[in-house]
Amino acid sequence: MMMHLTRHPLEIDALLAEVQSPERGGTCVFLGTVRNDANVTAIDYSAYDDMALAEIQRILSDAETQWPEARVTLQHRLGLIPVGEASIAIAAAAPHRDAAFAACRYVIEEVKKRLPIWKKELHGDGSAEWVGANDHR
Amino acid sequence: MGKVSVRFFARYAELAGCSSSAVNVPTPATVADVIARVREVFPGTRDLPPRPLAALNQRQVKLDQLVSDGDEVALLPPLAGG
Repeated sequence: MMMHLTRHPLEIDALLAEVQSPERGGTCVFLGTVRNDANVTAIDYSAYDDMALAEIQRILSDAETQWPEARVTLQHRLGLIPVGEASIAIAAAAPHRDAAFAACRYVIEEVKKRLPIWKKELHGDGSAEWVGANDHR
Repeated sequence: MGKVSVRFFARYAELAGCSSSAVNVPTPATVADVIARVREVFPGTRDLPPRPLAALNQRQVKLDQLVSDGDEVALLPPLAGG
């Protein structure tokens, strides 16, 4: 059984194996990777693990309610992730491509809104900064 | 009185100086009352925004949500998953 949270590089093949089947002819994979913004060398991801796992189940369940013929899953990586490596992978498969794309898009947007995960950017000069630290919402 | 577990994450854990603790609040109490008590007990958390994101028993809630003895309130910095 694939873990939704991992401290190791993401397992795309395992994600695909969970959603693909002979009757699902469209598969969509989204990868989010660490970008080299403003001297960023890596991002340290941390999470409220128990709530994140519960929220992931709720998001995936919501997606499969909206697109019942689709199967969708995700894996989020935690810990120190260097620039260019993936922090999140989402795979969605459905009989046709429209539902696969829609379910995949829905899941990444909900992840951004709902998952209790935080990132600290590490810079080439040795400094570090929480993302969103100046966002007083 | 009710005893409520509190959890801090990411930058808020740095401000609080710990990642988990507990506070006592006179009941009935809301999440906002718990946060007000947290600001008294953990001086570093006075730098939290006036209305931080909060979760009650692992679900995001509004600050006027009532809490019960034994509940867990988590204070969540701006979410940055993905």
